[in-house]
Amino acid sequence: MSFVKLTASTLAIAAVSATAAVARDNVQVAGSSTVLPYASIVAEAFGENFDFPTPVVESGGSSAGLKRFCEGVGENTIDVANASRKIKDKEIAACAEAGVTDIIEVRIGYDGIVFASQINGPEFTAFEPADWYNALAAEKPVDGAMVANTAATWADANANLPAVEIAAFIPGTKHGTREVFEEKVLLQGCEDTGALAAILEINGGDEKAAEATCMAVRTDGKSVDIDGDYTETLARIDSNTNGVGVFGLAFYENNTDKLKVATMSGVAPSTETIAAGDYPVSRPLYFYIKKAHIGVIPGLKEYAEFFISDEIAGPDGPLSAYGLVSDPELSATQELVANEQTM
Amino acid sequence: MTDATANTPKHGTSLYTESPRVKKRNAAERRFQIYGIAAVATGLVFLIVLLTSILSNGVGAFQQTFVNVPIYLDAAKLDKKGERNIEDIKKVSTFGYQPLIDDALFAIVEENVSPNPLAKPKDTKALISASAVAQLRDYVIAHPEKIGETVDFRLLGSSRVDGYIKGRVTRESIARDKNINAEHLDIVDVLREKGVVKREFNMAFITGADASESRPEQAGMGVSMLGSLFMMIVVLVLSLPIGVAASIYLEEFAPQNKWTDLIEVNISNLAAVPSIVFGILGLAVFIQFAGLPQSAPLVGGLVLTLMTLPTIIISTRAALKAVPPSIRDAALGLGASKMQSVFHHVLPLAMPGILTGTIIGLAQALGETAPLLLIGMVGYIASNYPTGPLAGFMDPNSAMPAQIYEWAKRADPAYYERAWGGIIILLLFLITMNIIAIILRRRFERRW
Repeated sequence: MSFVKLTASTLAIAAVSATAAVARDNVQVAGSSTVLPYASIVAEAFGENFDFPTPVVESGGSSAGLKRFCEGVGENTIDVANASRKIKDKEIAACAEAGVTDIIEVRIGYDGIVFASQINGPEFTAFEPADWYNALAAEKPVDGAMVANTAATWADANANLPAVEIAAFIPGTKHGTREVFEEKVLLQGCEDTGALAAILEINGGDEKAAEATCMAVRTDGKSVDIDGDYTETLARIDSNTNGVGVFGLAFYENNTDKLKVATMSGVAPSTETIAAGDYPVSRPLYFYIKKAHIGVIPGLKEYAEFFISDEIAGPDGPLSAYGLVSDPELSATQELVANEQTM
Repeated sequence: MTDATANTPKHGTSLYTESPRVKKRNAAERRFQIYGIAAVATGLVFLIVLLTSILSNGVGAFQQTFVNVPIYLDAAKLDKKGERNIEDIKKVSTFGYQPLIDDALFAIVEENVSPNPLAKPKDTKALISASAVAQLRDYVIAHPEKIGETVDFRLLGSSRVDGYIKGRVTRESIARDKNINAEHLDIVDVLREKGVVKREFNMAFITGADASESRPEQAGMGVSMLGSLFMMIVVLVLSLPIGVAASIYLEEFAPQNKWTDLIEVNISNLAAVPSIVFGILGLAVFIQFAGLPQSAPLVGGLVLTLMTLPTIIISTRAALKAVPPSIRDAALGLGASKMQSVFHHVLPLAMPGILTGTIIGLAQALGETAPLLLIGMVGYIASNYPTGPLAGFMDPNSAMPAQIYEWAKRADPAYYERAWGGIIILLLFLITMNIIAIILRRRFERRW
């Protein structure tokens, strides 16, 4: 009997404590693993400087974060979604369906995407978008027909590159970084090589389909999707001398003893070249706030304002020191958050 | 009879000389033994390789580089009004404390290193952890009367300096590193000789909270250990009574029919279900349906309870089965009811087996990561100590294995070392639990 009583009472305690916990007092954040380091730096400093508890920051990828963000309004949903890309119309619609209508979009700065290989590996020092298109495209137009990509070595893609087997480690499709890579590298390369024009000729001018064809990545094992974090990409490159990987600038700057970075279109990646707009592969980073949670979750607005304050996100702040390229229009963003201006 | 004559050896044999057949059989046995020894040796080699790599990689995390600096708490910067009003002092954010540390450290470098390779106080930033400002601010808020005095502080060195002292960072490896340069390492060399920079045991690694990506030197396991503790309490409180009650009923009271057979088969199957399945179940049932909070140790404990139950039920039933029927018969013969015979005689005798099974089940649950990924216990989470027992169950927290996984993912190689250090702590817990299980079995086991 005592067992039954014990079990019943523990279940009762669990139920009571569950209702007691309805009043959540900390900000909950989830989303992009690219934004996670920055968000964790801000959350830590926020906890140190304010009387609010330190916000909780989870990762999982931009899409996963926005999906959770759009689950609804209420204390068992997250308050902020980090994203390494802009929210899509599809996602805004999904949000609206679940009752999440007023969303504040906050741009925190820019992030560079770099192409790096083993420090003692082959001489991958300069890439062009066209090289990546030639190396990784699934199908290429040849004499008026689409033919499967046969490039086996980087030298097949560009004679100036080392003649070693193609082994590219690119972010998986759930990462926001993948989209930037497709648009700014593969699509750009497709245009540069003239392949886009050729594809348009073949398919009769369907631009959308042509762009999709440009951005399709070969699936014969030469290119590997990494669904995990950059550490996984680094581990793959560590074990494969010929491997070339796609990293965030901040990750590369923490691992300069193992990786060497290549220039893209002749520009070396750095916070300066990205800020100046010279380095081609960069993207803005965002976070999204549920306006309905402001005033309900203590510290939410303070967290957002603190995140984009000059001390944190400015050019001399800790985020910039970690690798974020600070936004020249930061003051506009600050005003937007102060006014709680929705999208 | 003809067969028998055919089998008799044609030549006279001696017991001292082996016939070819005996030789062959003996050789086969020796070979088998060698295979066995080889298998054991391979296992041992792997164990040794594993342990040495864990120890060599992880021991460093238990030590940390500290910099001893006397810092002048400038009243002009920390309390402009001069009224020592705590609200005024709190208005100075951690950023306001940075110049104090920079100036103090620059003075030390000036004093000890000549010529001073640093141009301005700000250049000393690479030497000290970013956590130093928070340490200073907390101290000043706790002791506002010290403003205007010079106080000795023991600050954490930055992760690069720490890596240099530990040999992880070398002059070659920082050649292209933006966070530190060779001049800083020269300063560290000098200051180390003078005793300003010291490598000491780091208690904060065992008791501290998680830190952000930019300050691995500050990160500790303490909060995630508490998270694991609260999870284990939930697992113990739920799975022990439920598991034991289920086993007693199935073993002692339930009739043998198709239904009980079906239940038995399902319990055995449940024990083999991959833990990630329980994680997704927990997400769907406990968080999305029941509305329990994300990342809470309570939810983690509930999920791990589901995982641990079959283990406990199976080991409890085995322990109950091992109690000889004569004990039950004697109790029943003396007039005890069925329940009395079970609770007064069978259960106490089966207790050591039940406890052993429970502890092993708990140890398994303690090391489980996969289900925790799905219920949001991975990320920058274990940064607040729970404020009380209830908050311990309900507030977001991580768990030891999830914290290790999180550290292993982070960019700064200093976190990698901490992940190995975390593994050492986790292994110590598991070894302790297994030793307790062995002691319980040894001391209380009865033989009949």
